[in-house]
Amino acid sequence: MINPIKPQLKLSTWRSLLIFCMLLLGLVSLAGRAAYLQGMNHDFLQKKGESRYSRTLEVSADRGMITDRNGDILAISSPVVSIYADPAVVKISPEQLKQLAGMLEMDSEEINAKINRKNRFVYLKRQIIPDDAEKIEKWIKATKSKSKASSKAKEPAIEGIYFTYESKRYYPAGEFAAHVLGFTDVNDEGQEGVERGWETVLAGELGQRRVIKDNKGQVIEDLENRPPKPGKDLVLSIDRRIQYRAHEELKEAVIAHKARAGSIVVLDAQTGEILALTNLPAYNPNRRSTITNERIRNRALIDTFEPGSTLKPFTVAIAMEIGKVNANTVLQTSPGTWQVGKKTIRDVSNKGELTVAQIIQQSSNVGTAKIALSLDSQTMWEMFNRSGFGALTNLGFPGEASGILRPYNKWRPIEQATMSYGHGISASLMQLARAYTIFSSGGELKPVSLLKQDTPVMGQRVISRDTAQAMSIMLEMATKPGGTAPLAQISGYRVAGKTGTAHKLINGQYADKSYISTFVGYAPVSNPRLIVAVMIDEPSAGKYFGGAVAAPVFNGVMSSALRILNIPPDAPANNVITFTATPEMGDEG
Amino acid sequence: MFKLNIFFVIMLMACALGVVTSQHMVRKLFMALEKEKVIEQKLDIEWGRLQLEQSTLIMHGRIEQIAKDRLNMIVPPATSVQILSITPVEQR
Repeated sequence: MINPIKPQLKLSTWRSLLIFCMLLLGLVSLAGRAAYLQGMNHDFLQKKGESRYSRTLEVSADRGMITDRNGDILAISSPVVSIYADPAVVKISPEQLKQLAGMLEMDSEEINAKINRKNRFVYLKRQIIPDDAEKIEKWIKATKSKSKASSKAKEPAIEGIYFTYESKRYYPAGEFAAHVLGFTDVNDEGQEGVERGWETVLAGELGQRRVIKDNKGQVIEDLENRPPKPGKDLVLSIDRRIQYRAHEELKEAVIAHKARAGSIVVLDAQTGEILALTNLPAYNPNRRSTITNERIRNRALIDTFEPGSTLKPFTVAIAMEIGKVNANTVLQTSPGTWQVGKKTIRDVSNKGELTVAQIIQQSSNVGTAKIALSLDSQTMWEMFNRSGFGALTNLGFPGEASGILRPYNKWRPIEQATMSYGHGISASLMQLARAYTIFSSGGELKPVSLLKQDTPVMGQRVISRDTAQAMSIMLEMATKPGGTAPLAQISGYRVAGKTGTAHKLINGQYADKSYISTFVGYAPVSNPRLIVAVMIDEPSAGKYFGGAVAAPVFNGVMSSALRILNIPPDAPANNVITFTATPEMGDEG
Repeated sequence: MFKLNIFFVIMLMACALGVVTSQHMVRKLFMALEKEKVIEQKLDIEWGRLQLEQSTLIMHGRIEQIAKDRLNMIVPPATSVQILSITPVEQR
C-alpha cells in the first residue's frame, strides 16, 4: 500500500476571486433580469401569458324584427349554426371525413381542401338548421368518448371542428312582401328594400367577450364582457292582409292579361301611409336562387312611366281652380281629332260636345288638351310640381325615382297639350298614388310613408276644398256607366277613380302595340279612406284599356281592403249597375 | 414574538386556502351560469322557431285555402250583409 500523496494545490487568490466575481455577476444579472421582467415588462408579459389561455369570443347581436302595422311578423332572425374548423388542429380520418361530408351534404374533396388550408379559421358550412348541427355535434362527441374509452378504437377522436351560432333572416310572407322588405346577405347586412334602407336601425352591434378556457375548452372565467346591442324592431305601415290580397289580385291579372309586369300601391287616404306595395315579377326572399335583377326591381318606386289619362284630373283641377272652366263648361271635341302644330291629338271616338265633367268621365284627350292650352304653361307646371311630380317620394328606399317634369319655359304648345293627358311626363306609380291624395283629402297632398304613423300628418294644400270636391264628383262619374271604368264599381261603396292607357315609350319612340294600363282610385267617396293605384305593363291578351285591365284589379283589391278594415259602406248594396262594354270605355291617351 | 409569527403563518395558510376554495366556487358557479346560458340560447332558438312557425301558419293564403276548400266558406255578397251602426252610449 502506498500512501497517496495528497497533491498540494497551491491556488493563487486571484483565481478564487475571479470565480467568485463571475458567480456574483451571474447572480446579479439574473436578479436584474428578473426585476426587469417583473417590474418593467410586467403588463406586457401578463397579456402575453393570458393570450395563451384566453380567447376572444364574438357575441352576435340579433337583428331587429320587421312587423306590419298590426304586429304580424314580416321578417325575423332565427339562429342557425355555422361549422368551422381550425386547420392547424384538425384531426379526422378519411372515413370520418366522408361521413361528415354526407351529413353536411357537401363534397368530401371540398371539405378536405378547406381543412388543409394554411390559416387557422375556415368555415366548413354556414347557416345550417340547429337540429342538423346538433346531430353532428353529438357524433363528434361520440368519437371523442370512444377513443378515450379504449386507445385501440377504430375511429380516432375528431378534433378541431367547432360550432358557432349565427342568425339567419326568415321572411314568412315569402314572395308577396318581397319588394317592400328586400333581403339580407349571408353576413346579415341588408341588401334591398327596407332591410337596406333602415340598416342602421335594424342592425345590432356585436358584443365581445374575452374569456379563459380550461383544457376541456370550457369557459371558466370572463375577463371582459361587452354585451351585444340588439337591433331595434321596425313597425311598417304595411297591412299584411291587404298586402297579400293585393299581390294575389295582381298575380291573377298579370297572368290573365299575359302582362310583362305589374304593380299595386295601396295608400291610407288620410295619413298617406303605404298599406300595401307589391310588384310582379317577384321573388322569394327565403330562396336566394330565385333572386334575379329582373325580379328584384321594386317597379312601383324605381320605374317611371308615362301615366297617360290618369293625369287629366290635374289639368282640369288647375283650370277650375283659377276659374278658366267649371264642371259644366261645354267644349267641342268634334270630330275627335285636333291639330296642334304639326301633330294631331286623337280621341278613341268622336264624342261631340262635352262638359268638363264629361271630359273626365269619358277621358277625352281633345277636351283636356283644349283646356290645357287655355292655361299658362307656368301655372300648369306649378300644379304638376305641387302635386309631387318630378319630386322624390322620400320614403327612404334605395333607388327611388323622381320621374321627369321638364321646366315649363321649354314647353312647346304640343308638349303642353300632350302633357295634360299624361304624355311627355313620367312618374312612378307611388308618385301617382300620392298625387291622388289631393282629390281624396279635400285638396291636400299628403306625404307618403312606409313606417306606421302615430300622429296625424299635415298635408300641403294644392287646390281648394271646393275644387277637390268637384273633381271627386267627376272621378266618381268615371266609374259609373258612361264612364271609362264601370268595372271599378264596388257594391255598397261609392268609388271614384281615373283610368289610363298609355302607349309605351320604347327607345324614345311610342310603341304601336305596347301599352301601360293604369287605374288610380279611392273609396268610399263620402269619406275617402283608401287609395289604390294599379299599373299593368304590356297586357297582351287582347284587352289593354285601363278600364278593362286595371280597373277590375282595383275593384278586387279595394273591395277586400274595405272589408278587411271594416270600413262602413256609404251606398246601398245594389248600387252596382252592370252593362255591356261599349267602345266609349276606351281611353287611349 | 415567535408565537405571533406562528399565528401569522397559520392565518396566511387559512387565507390562502380560502382564496383557493372561493376561486374554485367561482369557477363552479361560473360553469353553471354558462350551462344556463346555453339553455337560454337553446330556448331562444326554440322561441324564434315557434314565432316563425306561428307566423307561417297564420299566413292568409293558408287560412283562405282552408276556409274555402275544407270549410266551404265564402265571402258574403254585399246584398246579404246587414250593417249595424254603433250609436254612442251616453255616460251617466
